[in-house]
Amino acid sequence: MNSTTTIASIILAGILTNNMVLSKFLGICPFLGVSKKSGTAFSMSIAVTFVMVVATAVTWPIYHYILYPDFTYLDTIVFILVIAAIVQLIEIFLKKFIKPIYNALGIYLPLITTNCAVLGITMLNITNELNFIKSIVNALAAGLGFMLAMLLFAGVRERMETADVPEFLKGLPITLVAAALVSLSFLGFAGIGG
Amino acid sequence: MKNKYLSVFSNGLIKENPVLRLVLGTCPTLAVTTAAINGIGMGVSATIVLVCSNLVISLLRNIIPDKVRIPAYITIIAGFVSVVQMLVKAFLPAIDKSLGIFLPLIVVNCIILARAEMFASKNAPVLSVLDGLGMGIGFTAVLTLMGAIRELLGAGTLFTLPITAEVIDPMVIFLLPPGGFFVFGMLVAASNAIAKKNGKKPVEHLGCANCPSRGVCGKFSPEEKEEAINE
Repeated sequence: MNSTTTIASIILAGILTNNMVLSKFLGICPFLGVSKKSGTAFSMSIAVTFVMVVATAVTWPIYHYILYPDFTYLDTIVFILVIAAIVQLIEIFLKKFIKPIYNALGIYLPLITTNCAVLGITMLNITNELNFIKSIVNALAAGLGFMLAMLLFAGVRERMETADVPEFLKGLPITLVAAALVSLSFLGFAGIGG
Repeated sequence: MKNKYLSVFSNGLIKENPVLRLVLGTCPTLAVTTAAINGIGMGVSATIVLVCSNLVISLLRNIIPDKVRIPAYITIIAGFVSVVQMLVKAFLPAIDKSLGIFLPLIVVNCIILARAEMFASKNAPVLSVLDGLGMGIGFTAVLTLMGAIRELLGAGTLFTLPITAEVIDPMVIFLLPPGGFFVFGMLVAASNAIAKKNGKKPVEHLGCANCPSRGVCGKFSPEEKEEAINE
């Protein structure tokens, strides 16, 4: 990806060909941990998408107008602190003003601070030299890709509950093998949109 | 007294191996293990950060107020990650290129935050350093093993030396994401089988019990908490 990337190809890459979870291995913890039921998987992905877009909207200007060009080596430390603060602020704001959304998503927010997907996307936006609009689109597309992977995988896991799994694969191993198969299916998208 | 130090150090190697027994740090485990050398690079970088952050957090354990401890830990960890990042960039540019985004992402590697929260915040500096060292070596060992398996099957080489490359066509799929999930699944299955033989509980699933953030969200898994809210 470089500065000539079009918005359409960013969206396509984020959702299908460069899926955050299944091909970039970002956000594996929630992918394996919170995908037992499709309801919780959906709420978690909404929360992640939301935080990723807001975090990108805040970290992009900070990098380009404050850190660049003299303090770029501080990006890791500044980004993680900004993300932690944003998550905290979003939580307080939702709790105070939009109670229904807080009840639905609030429990996932603390988990998101240490989610590598959020920090990963904000840093990838910088290393790929995307402009502000494209960065936001990239965050949104990555979030939607995360949601797609989560929902598909939650469906697979719900079916697996009743499946007859060999003794030695029970639990985490079969979950990982299933993830391998879902990831394999996403390889089929490789090449779409160049 | 000596035994205590030894047992703290060896804890992370096998009994509580961070990757296979605690199932922490799965993202870098899956992402960087396309070659054995990457596994070592990632493992050593994380070990350095882990030992340093454990030491500093242990020294500050009575000073950091309980309420802001997680942000404080993250800041300390991020500082050391930046240091390691700059060192790797300067002296090992090839490793820096292959680890890519996962080098700065050591900040959010659950192993480091989990050890800060579960061990360093409650124990003396010497013990914390040993714990960090043991956990770090356990992490490095698994990453290197997994990198070696994937490299051997996927490219037919080991530490870039050709082994089976000229005899058998390598299975490139093992270098691709599905191969990562599959090899990791098999490693967990093998470690479960060994644990079962020794009368220990196998790792059933990756859950909130292992998550360093569970203290923040009230020690509930999202499912449990949702049920609590619905009631």
